[in-house]
Amino acid sequence: MTKDNNNILKSWGIVLVGLVSILCLFLLDLSLGSVKISVEELLKIISGNASKKSWEYIFFNFRLPKAITAILTGAGISVAGLQMQTLFKNPLAGPSVLGISHGASLGVAVFVLSSTAIFGVTANFQETLGSWGLVLFAIVGSFLVLLGVLLASSKVSDTVTVLIVGLMFGFITGAVVNILQYFSDPELIQNFLVWTFGSLSGVAWSQLRVMGPIIMLMLVMSLFYSKQMNALLLGENYATGVGVNVSRTRLKLILTTSIIAGTITAFTGPIAFIGVAVPHLARLLFRTSNHKVLIPATMMCGMVIMLVCDIVSQVPGAQTTLPLNSVTALFGAPVILAIIIKSKKMKGAF
Amino acid sequence: MDHQSKINNGNAHFTIPILYTRGLTIGYRTKHDVLELEKDLNIKIHNGELVCLIGPNGCGKSTLMRTIAGLQKPLEGDTVISEVDVKKIKPHQYARLLSLVLTDKINVGGMKVMDIVSIGRYPYTNYFAKLGPKDYEIIERSLDNVHLNEYKDRFFHELSDGEKQRVLIAKALAQDTPLIMLDEPTAHLDLPNRVEIMNILKRLAKETNKAIFLSTHELDLALQTADTIWLMNREENMKSGTPEDLVLSGMFEQVFKSNAFRFDKHSGAFKVVHPIKGKVSLLGNGVHSIWVRRALEREGYQVVKNPDVQPKVQYINNLWQLNSNGNTLYCQDIAGLLRALRKETPS
Repeated sequence: MTKDNNNILKSWGIVLVGLVSILCLFLLDLSLGSVKISVEELLKIISGNASKKSWEYIFFNFRLPKAITAILTGAGISVAGLQMQTLFKNPLAGPSVLGISHGASLGVAVFVLSSTAIFGVTANFQETLGSWGLVLFAIVGSFLVLLGVLLASSKVSDTVTVLIVGLMFGFITGAVVNILQYFSDPELIQNFLVWTFGSLSGVAWSQLRVMGPIIMLMLVMSLFYSKQMNALLLGENYATGVGVNVSRTRLKLILTTSIIAGTITAFTGPIAFIGVAVPHLARLLFRTSNHKVLIPATMMCGMVIMLVCDIVSQVPGAQTTLPLNSVTALFGAPVILAIIIKSKKMKGAF
Repeated sequence: MDHQSKINNGNAHFTIPILYTRGLTIGYRTKHDVLELEKDLNIKIHNGELVCLIGPNGCGKSTLMRTIAGLQKPLEGDTVISEVDVKKIKPHQYARLLSLVLTDKINVGGMKVMDIVSIGRYPYTNYFAKLGPKDYEIIERSLDNVHLNEYKDRFFHELSDGEKQRVLIAKALAQDTPLIMLDEPTAHLDLPNRVEIMNILKRLAKETNKAIFLSTHELDLALQTADTIWLMNREENMKSGTPEDLVLSGMFEQVFKSNAFRFDKHSGAFKVVHPIKGKVSLLGNGVHSIWVRRALEREGYQVVKNPDVQPKVQYINNLWQLNSNGNTLYCQDIAGLLRALRKETPS
């Protein structure tokens, strides 16, 4: 019993450390950038006594929406990754790895680029970014790819082969995007390419008003899946045996995952590897696969990692910013490599 | 209903059928064809009864189990568990009637024994699977029943195969159903674990008054532990009965007949049939003659009692005496005896 209590204490300790680091990183993310705003100044701005009008402007129109986006994106993409790992029974599953983000990109590309190709109208990319139509296209794109990979993976059981299937879906959607680009306006293509680098700063308040509620709703809903997801860990038959409707659970997971991955990708561009890596970090920290703990733990870790990645991509002290996608890949890809190399212990890692 | 807390009393024993089927036909329906594996089954399992389903590979054991478990639709007929027609109920209601232990491999890290066993309470808990005091009590009792109470905080993936199987039985017990069904629960286990699992199941059937239904390839274990055996066959319809009745009526032999081995009614075990290359007479009784007989049969000799037949083997003064072609040889052990025999009767 004391051992049990120790573990609980330890877990709550991690939660406390996690929450404090989220708060600190959030403030750091607000403060750092091409213009450094000190924490002291941040408090002044919030209380309405900003020393400089320009700082106030930067804070409210750029820093704050970006930091909130980082938190939502980190939690969302990571939970989507966790749901996919349980759905596929595959420790290497994740939105970017299995081509789900590519599906969302295709949706975005179809929506943005086809407007010139078909109607001959050059849409304003920045304006389109906030629209519900774009979000819908991205969600449909990720849903279709997720469904495709799931169907294909039912034929191949090997975890690494499923990755190759996802890769192929990524190539297919990439090819379609390229073809679309061929017919599109050069300026639009440039905007689209910048979007594919992934960025949190493109999300303004008007867009956050769309993205925020969707992601928060999905995150809350995902908390309700812990029971079914735990049953799925034992396999389809055992899950059915304890009264879980497996096909309905699958559908719920597919829908939530595509809505999260689609929405986030539509606004921030594809964000690589966070979805795969973060659930493993959470498992490692909390030493459990029980989704009751793992889902909130994954959200927490996702927020921390995303804030860190965003801070790094701002290159504190320098005038330049790095593409977010590269920063997350530098963090996430080694995790995947480690899992593959440890693949003998893959069962243990999951 | 809390079936575990029911105390076994003589009256309740073997009276209520927990499970029965009406004209159950099992098999597969493909696009062009219907493959019937068993037709018109009318079977019953009572409470407190341990039923073993045995039969050669490919006769439809798994199909029957999957059909009763509701993982597969029957071609025709009904299954009734605790007076409920399972066709008419929802999955979570089904899960309160029947719990499963399957052969599916569970490859999951980071789940403790407690996590796995509490999944058995899912049919009774809310959306967040919150466990109440009664749930904890049932989980404790289930773990006690398989002697795993010390293992609560151990990780499932770190356990041995036998312990894993006991955890899954505890999960099924925690599900608190009148019927527990196990698909080959002793497969991949070593002999002590196989015997332990069977003993646990036998005891559970008696103590908790649940009906326990399992499929197995362990014929001798099934003969020794089952109350009832269901004997499946590729050619004919399924037979059921007390193990001893099935043996005496010759059905056991019939189902498992083969050129390579035969069922020996006297020992209740299967014997491998070796091609015969000659006769040897064996004199004497006792444990030494039993084991030398086995060695001689394995070598392909027909063992007779007639002392006039040569070669002749006898155990005298801690030595094996071999009379053959007028010579008398003494060997220290059976290995030596067999070597001498091979020399005397070259094939």
